[in-house]
Amino acid sequence: MNPDAPGAQSASSVSYGLTIETHGLTKRFGRQVAVDGVDLAVPPGSVFGFLGPNGSGKTTTIRMLLGLASASAGTVNLLGMEMPGRFHEVLPRVGALVEGPAFYPFLSGVANLHRLDAATRHTVPATRRARVDRALDQVGLAHAANKRVHAYSLGMKQRLGIANALLSHRDLLVLDEPTNGLDPQGTREVRHLVRSLAQNGTTVFVSSHLLAEVDQMCTHAAIMSAGKLAAQGSLAELRRAGSARARLLTPDAAQARKVLAGLGLNCETGDVQPGGETLLAALAPAAGASSARIDGSPTARSGEILAEDIVAQLVAAGVRVRGFAVERESLEDRFVALTGEGFDVAQ
Amino acid sequence: MQSELKVLFGRRRTWALLLALAAIPILIAVAVRLSSGVPSGRGPAFLDRITQNGLFVAFTAMLVSVPLFLPLTVGVVAGDTIAGEASMGTLRYLLVAPAGRVRLLLVKYAAALAFCVVAPLTVALAGAAIGAALFPVGPVTLLSGDVIQPPEAAVRMLLIAAYMAVSLAGLSAIGLFLSTLTVVPVGAMAATVVISVVSQIADQLPQLEWLHPWLFSHYWLGFGDMLRQPVLWDSFGSNALLQAGYIAVFGALAYARFTTKDVLS
Repeated sequence: MNPDAPGAQSASSVSYGLTIETHGLTKRFGRQVAVDGVDLAVPPGSVFGFLGPNGSGKTTTIRMLLGLASASAGTVNLLGMEMPGRFHEVLPRVGALVEGPAFYPFLSGVANLHRLDAATRHTVPATRRARVDRALDQVGLAHAANKRVHAYSLGMKQRLGIANALLSHRDLLVLDEPTNGLDPQGTREVRHLVRSLAQNGTTVFVSSHLLAEVDQMCTHAAIMSAGKLAAQGSLAELRRAGSARARLLTPDAAQARKVLAGLGLNCETGDVQPGGETLLAALAPAAGASSARIDGSPTARSGEILAEDIVAQLVAAGVRVRGFAVERESLEDRFVALTGEGFDVAQ
Repeated sequence: MQSELKVLFGRRRTWALLLALAAIPILIAVAVRLSSGVPSGRGPAFLDRITQNGLFVAFTAMLVSVPLFLPLTVGVVAGDTIAGEASMGTLRYLLVAPAGRVRLLLVKYAAALAFCVVAPLTVALAGAAIGAALFPVGPVTLLSGDVIQPPEAAVRMLLIAAYMAVSLAGLSAIGLFLSTLTVVPVGAMAATVVISVVSQIADQLPQLEWLHPWLFSHYWLGFGDMLRQPVLWDSFGSNALLQAGYIAVFGALAYARFTTKDVLS
């Protein structure tokens, strides 16, 4: 997806017309704060990745968005309407998969979808059969449609859950961990599905703890950490916010260090290789130095140092440059930087 | 609503409950048939009349099932209404559909009421059928001493079933409320059944006499008035009024609880 496509403006530049907009959204369970002052801004037409480690408040946030749980504080607007006050106008236009699929195990897949579709007055019974069949087709479940859900595998239930979210035309899809339990093929299909839906103008809000997934299908993302929103924006913005560093391979390490220091850049020593020593330069400009930073993009903003300028300076100083690369922080580095390392489930 | 009834009555568990209820009159009829006759005045009322008239199987079975079996099955259905959906996780999808919380509650209660109608009917019909199969059918002598013909007896039987359906409506409302409190359906079911038993025990204690008219089970055994000529409607009326009160109170509690509840399951 092209993040600069119309309708996918940078979140920070728009204060209205957002598909999902929350202000100070907070949820307390007793003394524990599960979601703490979250200001989400999901632009229309985007595929919005909602990232965070387990227990960071993603699902609780989604429950509040959909009116399943009430907010302790703050407001929610979906499709420009206030939730949960106007749920009967909002929710028919929203398809959702919340915290895994859930069905009546004693009913068949088709019967389950019929029931959920019949649960609301906002659907047209006459087209129900056709819509259910189409949704089952879309998720590749047509062959198992008449089996009892009891006999479904986790992946099949997941597909059925997605089919349920696709029963009617939706302006917004909220998918909580949609690829959970899916085989690699199913994961690919979901990605394709999400892309094609987004191309038809549906805004897709996907929560995930899998970065690769978000990286591959989203245009925008938000990162949750311990109930707080750590960052949000287009993927390009998020990546740019992370720092970059240069990896330099040279036999003239001492000389190179001097040059880099002259540019106001910090320098670390990496491993020694047959071709010389590796220097890792400048996660950020040295303290007290100008706001200079390395930028790998062809155009540098004011105060930034172009990669080719660094190389030119090094060469001019007689440093033999055997390898030079600008390494931008991956989304994963960014994610870990924002949410902390380790396996501890956020409290 | 249609879909709710389809799910309720399409479910094996519901059929198991109804079969269990149907088994009561069958058990009674077979036991009486196999024994050499019941000494009059022993066992449940009407039992001694079965050998002369098969229709009394139905009356006996209805009488026997009132204190425990009917409340048990109604407790299972009513306790399952919301908690069952919550434990399966389907509650959140129904709400997101959106079903609307009030509407969902009303539909669920209506389905429970439908079961309250079907359950006593099952006992009555199974009783009449097995009774007719194993014993002669003839005119029925009423409690008032009058004699009515089998077709009219069938009408009386339906009246009794209706009386029981009304009797169980209050209990269903209690079950519905309890069901909004938990995500463990078995808990709500058990609590509902326990409450019905406690209410009946309290109704037996003379020390609690002031409380008796307020207990929802107070008129449960009053359906004998349907077997008089003419029919005495007093207990039917008081029962209906009392049950309506229970529906109002526990319906309001269920509403207050369910519309503000966080659905986290």
